[in-house]
Amino acid sequence: MKGAVYALWHRELVRFMRDRSRLTGSLMQPIIFYLMFSGALYGSFKPYGMDYSAYFFTGTLAMITMFTAIFSTITVIEDRKEGFLQGVLVSPVPRSSIALGKILGSATLSFAMAAIFLAMAPFTGIDMSLDSVLPTVGVLALLSVAVAGMGFSLAWVMDSTAGYHGIMMLFLMPMLMMSGAFFPIEDAHWLISWIRYVNPMTYGVGALRHGVQGAAPGCPTFTVCLIGTVIFAVAMFALGTFVVTRRRARDAI
Amino acid sequence: MSERSPSNLSSSNLSSSSAAVTASDVSFAYGDRQALRGVSFDVAPGGLFGFLGPNGSGKSTLFKLLSTIVPMQQGSITMLGHDLASESAAIRRRIGVVFQSAAIDRKLTVYENLRYAGMLLNLGGKELASRIDESMAAASLTDRKGDATGELSGGLRRRVEIAKCLMAKPDLVLLDEASTGLDPAARREMWQVLRAQAGLTILFTTHLMDEAAEADRLMLLDEGQVVAHGRPSELMEEVGGQVLEIETPDAVALVEELRRTLKVDAVQIDQTVRIEGEKVQELVPEVMTRFGDRIRRLQLAHPSLEDVFLNRTGKRFVVTAPEPDVKKGRKQRKRS
Repeated sequence: MKGAVYALWHRELVRFMRDRSRLTGSLMQPIIFYLMFSGALYGSFKPYGMDYSAYFFTGTLAMITMFTAIFSTITVIEDRKEGFLQGVLVSPVPRSSIALGKILGSATLSFAMAAIFLAMAPFTGIDMSLDSVLPTVGVLALLSVAVAGMGFSLAWVMDSTAGYHGIMMLFLMPMLMMSGAFFPIEDAHWLISWIRYVNPMTYGVGALRHGVQGAAPGCPTFTVCLIGTVIFAVAMFALGTFVVTRRRARDAI
Repeated sequence: MSERSPSNLSSSNLSSSSAAVTASDVSFAYGDRQALRGVSFDVAPGGLFGFLGPNGSGKSTLFKLLSTIVPMQQGSITMLGHDLASESAAIRRRIGVVFQSAAIDRKLTVYENLRYAGMLLNLGGKELASRIDESMAAASLTDRKGDATGELSGGLRRRVEIAKCLMAKPDLVLLDEASTGLDPAARREMWQVLRAQAGLTILFTTHLMDEAAEADRLMLLDEGQVVAHGRPSELMEEVGGQVLEIETPDAVALVEELRRTLKVDAVQIDQTVRIEGEKVQELVPEVMTRFGDRIRRLQLAHPSLEDVFLNRTGKRFVVTAPEPDVKKGRKQRKRS
């Protein structure tokens, strides 16, 4: 059902573009974070000897990708509450197309927002060539699908946006924090250092770091990071399709 | 008082092949809360079929089953020649559904809502454009094409819903309490749009008596069971010629005295005494003479659907709390 996937994907974009607060929030908040942290930690924190602004640039890319996808997939809960989702569920659209349309819509938005920030790299002193931009863009696309799939799966099973925010603070923020996006976790306390290996965001952030910086000290190799990100994207996409294809009584609420 | 006998009440003379919908012995439970208990009925093609019942009667659950949104648990339903349990996709291609809560996107315009609805049906190009035009014309929305649906009145939004549902050129339309919240004029307009569609089978749930009375055939539900089934006029005629209702502070005593002195079959319901029958009007002077000082209110009327419900269930038709949903069902289970 190409038409159905296109309709759901396109609707995500149209709604996002019409919502100025979402549009500015998705991009401005991470930029402000970036400026604040890199400014505040300029003289005191130089991970692996590099300026924090250079280190945190990759982290901000990951943060934009994750936040945009999360706030975009929250619309699944709104769609359910407002009744739009019911209309889709009783249409002839296969349920897998609903997952595909919504995940691709959210992934497109998060990719676009991250790509806009990536285009600002020259202004932050980061020197990127075509050889580094292409893998970075590819990884961003994969990571966007992964976090959109994860956000969609969570939102589909949640009843309220407040609950979703709770999960975000409890689960998604630590995922980002423990990925090496904000600070290196290579030398973390042994009690939590293992988290980076099981945290799929570690591989996404690592792959982005390889792309942006050309090297990623403290991260697995680019190949390992890329494989980890591909697995993350495929698994989350499959999870999104799985949760949506289960028909349950609560779908009708 | 009639006994409940769903199987007898629910059957009609339609064969399953000619019926638009045939439901046999349908039961549904949310956890351990039984919402439907062995419901059976047939719906003739092209007719207006109503489900009337108070909150918690099971009509919304039945609607959810018919709209394919929840899976079948027990029994069978055939819709438009397709089995609901195994061919829900084929059914979804031929039905239109209007929910109690609006299923339109309030951030989009009328045109955009219809366009996306068409795309979900895999329509495109000229066909999509012509369907949008036809649906907007049918629902008299052409001049509202570019309006954001969030800014429309409740009645107009409902017409957008109807237009959206007509995009599929459905053979059958399901409406769940679709006129709730609409003023009488908007409600009338909604039905005008729907009834103008030739050959369309319409199934609707309602708790409004006057709306239910408009149905070609009506099914009354209570506590998940069919309590009456037939033409509204026939159902009302079954109750008897007229209904005399007497409101009094001591209904129990009055029933006793009416039975003893006037030999009438009076029934007490709350603070009211009811007498049904062909010539109950003739009782009025006698009742007023004997018991006038104890009567707060006396009403003589032709039987209504409310009387049919009362007659079949022994309960008043009361619409109070919202229809229990799954979450409430869970809470109820926890409490119990």
